[in-house]
Amino acid sequence: MKGAKIIIESLRKEGVEVIFGYPGGSVIPFFDVLYDAPIKFILTRHEQAAAHAADGYARSTGKVGVCVATSGPGATNLTTGIATAHMDSVPIVAITGQVKTSLIGNDAFQEADVTGITRSISKYNYLVKDVKDLAYTVKEAFHFARSGRPGPIVIDLPVDVQIQDAEFKYPEEINIRSYKPTFFGHPGQIKRALRLISKSKKPVILAGGGVVIANADKELLTFAEKIKAPVAITLMGMGGFPSTNPLSLGMPGMHGTVYANMAITESDLLISVGCRFDDRITGKLDAFAPEAKIIHIDIDPTSISKNIKVDIPIVGDAKNILGQLNKELEGFDVPDLSKWQTKVNEWKNKHPLAYKKNNTGKIKPQHIIEEIYKQTKGKAIIATEVGQNQMWTAQYYQFDYNRHFLSSGGLGTMGYGFPAAIGAKVANPDKEVIVIAGDGSIQMNIQELATLSMYNLNVKIIILNNHYLGMVRQWQELFYKKRYSGTPLKNPDFVKIAEGYGIKGLQVKKINEVEKKVKEILEFKGSVLADFLIEEEENVFPMVPAGEAINRMIGGMA
Amino acid sequence: MKHTIQALVENKFGVLARVSSLFSARGYNITSLTVGETQDSAVSCMTIVVEAEEERILEQIKKQLNKLIDVITVIDFTNRDYIDRELLLVKLGKEKNSKEVVDKLIKEYDISVIEDAADYYTLEICDQRQYVEEILKELRQFNIRELVRTGKIAISR
Repeated sequence: MKGAKIIIESLRKEGVEVIFGYPGGSVIPFFDVLYDAPIKFILTRHEQAAAHAADGYARSTGKVGVCVATSGPGATNLTTGIATAHMDSVPIVAITGQVKTSLIGNDAFQEADVTGITRSISKYNYLVKDVKDLAYTVKEAFHFARSGRPGPIVIDLPVDVQIQDAEFKYPEEINIRSYKPTFFGHPGQIKRALRLISKSKKPVILAGGGVVIANADKELLTFAEKIKAPVAITLMGMGGFPSTNPLSLGMPGMHGTVYANMAITESDLLISVGCRFDDRITGKLDAFAPEAKIIHIDIDPTSISKNIKVDIPIVGDAKNILGQLNKELEGFDVPDLSKWQTKVNEWKNKHPLAYKKNNTGKIKPQHIIEEIYKQTKGKAIIATEVGQNQMWTAQYYQFDYNRHFLSSGGLGTMGYGFPAAIGAKVANPDKEVIVIAGDGSIQMNIQELATLSMYNLNVKIIILNNHYLGMVRQWQELFYKKRYSGTPLKNPDFVKIAEGYGIKGLQVKKINEVEKKVKEILEFKGSVLADFLIEEEENVFPMVPAGEAINRMIGGMA
Repeated sequence: MKHTIQALVENKFGVLARVSSLFSARGYNITSLTVGETQDSAVSCMTIVVEAEEERILEQIKKQLNKLIDVITVIDFTNRDYIDRELLLVKLGKEKNSKEVVDKLIKEYDISVIEDAADYYTLEICDQRQYVEEILKELRQFNIRELVRTGKIAISR
């Protein structure tokens, strides 16, 4: 069997149903086999979008997303998507063509050192030089992508290997002596954690992306309700715990709620589940949860005590460990937390998330998000771009379902949201998929309107158009004397752009149109690009200035 | 403070690059890194001397190494009894009193003259790192023309 056929057959063995990508000289044999294969192919208009679409497919399903690109520029265009997936632990397999083996290292046409370039932005990568290694490589790649702390895997495949012959035998099992992720929590550590929980008077749970990835949402709900601890949900953790649950504190950190940050600061026990204590969560490190003992559940030992000194580390899969804890908690007497609950509720009542409505006559972005939430009843899959649009969505859409929020948290990649939404729609054709974008970020992959159009996908694009790169403008307003350097935008006519691609476009300018227009957008059978002209200098509040303690917030304390 | 760490790794293409790029990407300082095959030709041993001021950094280095898929085990020799050696080759230019100096060094340390050329000696020094440093201090007073060293290797007692 030819190499190209071996790789396609191997992908089928791994259950791959769809591939996102872009052809080129070094992957023609691959595409030739794909032509007849029972695998759907989605042609994006830029390789970066193919990687993000595979990522959106993976985040919204938990399955491994697959993308393909040619050698050289095709592969380098994938790298932003690979790095995005790496930072947020998303399982994707990226297949890149490579020049033929005899030319590698010769600066051949469209040659790039792909394994060298992707080494630090992937979980693992391969250059397959022998067709006999191909099937095993694919098996291993999928194993690495989805197990342990998931991540992107790159398979660099020279064009001559794609046409060489080998016997196809897909390995049943693999055993790698140097790769043995821990899945269950150490029983001794579980007991120690329980001892701390039983003594705590002011516990807080910090739910991160690990909850989402491990599908540990039900276990976390049981756990939180059992120990009656409030739950702060990080950006990556959205959907891992219901935002509408009375125990929810919403998002902590730089643009977190006052009550989440106050609760963490005053807690005596912080139970982190699958959160790696990113600087956007902790703010000034020595003022972060200064009174608290810390239990840290994480599958990646390097996350533990990296930024924050941990008292009880528990390495393993969040779903398993929470299950173990819940089992031990049967018959557990919850300490009296009424004082703590009262205090948390006081903060919630005194400092709710809020914005000034109708004070300028222009549409407030928060209002749009609230309206979309109301009309979708929280059931839509929401992708965001990066910046103010992302933070407003995290603050004002209530995420009650796991794997319904797609956002580039770690790398903060503008241009992620729209192609990720395409990937999510391909994976979830029956679900409403919406991307909330800024007028800056939508233009980073706007060419994907062609992909939407070609495959007749139904994705709603909401542009919060303030004619600025809003988040940077906000920092300039607050910390750089309103010197708006490089942030004002002169935008195209987005409606015409949409129409040019054969997609319905509309513009919304008036506050009293928001409800009606959101309804029209959602009810339309097909994609819509909606350009909402919003209050231009609206800020995301509350906000913790970079490097400050998280209880020193500006805005939102009124 | 310097720490000696040993990593047993899969002996295959690209592993050294993975280890070295881990150190550069995360800003850890390597003093020396040596690598060679072990008794099992499928396994290589890397002996890495790293600079880490804080315990937290050392822990991170070990964990990050362990996280690399091709790393089989990581041993930290800090607080362990171990034997270490480093090999140096030095070309010492001959001067008036060179013979005396070299004879004196040979008496005091584990040094051998492996080449006695017309205008220089080539010395081979194989010793523990601390002695190697001492010898170097002595030698630096003379005319060192060339110096090459291997970096430290270590084995537990």
